[in-house]
Amino acid sequence: MRLQFILSEIWVALRRNLSMSISVALVTMVSVLFLGLGVLAQRQVDTMKDYWYDRVQVSIFLCTDKSDLPNCSTGAVTSSQRDQIRTQLDAMKPLVKSVFPESQQQAYDRLKAQYKDSATYSEITPAQMPESFRVQLSDPTKFDVITSAFIGAPGVGDVQDQQRILDPLFNVLRGLSLGALGLAALMVLCSVLLVATTIRQTAFSRRRETGIMRLVGASAFNIQLPFILETLIATVVGTALAIGVLWAMVQYGIGYLGKKLPINFIGTADLVSVTPWLVGAAAGLAMLTAWLTLRRYLRV
Amino acid sequence: MIRFENVSKTYGRSSEPALSGITLEVERGEFVFIVGQSGSGKSTLLRLIMCEEAATSGDVLVAGRELSRLPRRKVPALRREIGCVFQDFRLLPNKDVFQNVAFALQVLGKSRQTIRAVVPETLEMVGLSGKERRLPHQLSGGEQQRVAIARAVVNKPPILLADEPTGNLDPTTSLDIVHLLDRINRSGTTIVMATHDNGIVDQLRKRVVELDDGTLVRDQMKGVYTGQR
Repeated sequence: MRLQFILSEIWVALRRNLSMSISVALVTMVSVLFLGLGVLAQRQVDTMKDYWYDRVQVSIFLCTDKSDLPNCSTGAVTSSQRDQIRTQLDAMKPLVKSVFPESQQQAYDRLKAQYKDSATYSEITPAQMPESFRVQLSDPTKFDVITSAFIGAPGVGDVQDQQRILDPLFNVLRGLSLGALGLAALMVLCSVLLVATTIRQTAFSRRRETGIMRLVGASAFNIQLPFILETLIATVVGTALAIGVLWAMVQYGIGYLGKKLPINFIGTADLVSVTPWLVGAAAGLAMLTAWLTLRRYLRV
Repeated sequence: MIRFENVSKTYGRSSEPALSGITLEVERGEFVFIVGQSGSGKSTLLRLIMCEEAATSGDVLVAGRELSRLPRRKVPALRREIGCVFQDFRLLPNKDVFQNVAFALQVLGKSRQTIRAVVPETLEMVGLSGKERRLPHQLSGGEQQRVAIARAVVNKPPILLADEPTGNLDPTTSLDIVHLLDRINRSGTTIVMATHDNGIVDQLRKRVVELDDGTLVRDQMKGVYTGQR
């Protein structure tokens, strides 16, 4: 069939079936929106992880005179114990990327700088602050290696991993993104069923045209093509609307948060990189659904 | 052109065959009336030729093709060699006369130039010149059937099947339609027409094939509707 004839037939059919075409476009829009939100949320978690894991450290707190930790019953860390810990850390390269020794005075200064307006810490003296080694790892997920090596070692009061503090947050975010993907799966199912029903109805309402096409010898592909293209157009319109909404959310919503919070957020570049996948998935699924429905309900 | 070799057709789980042991040959350029009561198997015979149904047993050969061995993808090519006309005209109500006829060419990918040349020629042949822009509901029954015939022959198929084409028309109009089919037949098109209309069968005196309960009971050259068996 000639392209111009196909396009004119599709235009007439879309106009005649306007409400159904709009419903397919809108349901596709909501499906792709949830799918996009899920994928982008996943990316946000990964971006934040990359950002924070580069900064998280494992802190090995050493015993002070005033420590009441079980491992500090023998008193403050001795210089030989400190040297032993340092030697042991140096031996753990390349897992140990870098080591920053923090004295009691430095720990006190940092605390004061962080909570300069707080009355809670005004009574604290440098002697009460624990001396520590702040250890940055080349692979932050292997903090267990450091913990098991130093917890209970002579002169070590406690080993704390900052990742443990962040993980619950990441888990919540990941849960939210999985929730969005779950909703997306449900909406995709709705969309598939709606496309199938729409095509079934359209095939029924156009049975006279398709019957004539069949009788005059049009191929199965030519008979099915207008239905598939109509579905594709409605799906692409819905997907384009969803991407427009996602773009507005990333550009203005996340853009606003980025100015307010010291967190590394995803940007429109991330949306651009997932857009071909979203369009491909939506269009591919719509065409597959259309083809399978036509095989079942359109006699060719 | 069309050959049935001991063809039987049974629908679904029905115990009664719609056609039983039909052997028939239609030569190129022939005009054949298929007559018989309702349910005698006339439409089934035409549907087998169109490849709308498959024979349960026996062989059907159309335009040199053995239909039982014809792959599905080659069925459209066969149908391009067969024009079809029905009792209910089957016109597209939202398209005018020209568009209805052009539709048959457009779906086969014919160029606009070809369509502009061939459609008016065909409409003139069926006597519808000047009515190109009329919608089907603005035409009489006879005129609607002429549009359907124009659509069936616009692609110049060597075979034309007509399933009760005069069933919805008055006797005078019916005769006009059959004379039109006769003219098409004289130009070389093989015509197989199923009908109940004894008037036109008796007047045209063409070959008559009579079916009764799915079996061929009469095959008579220059026959009449009710003949000696």
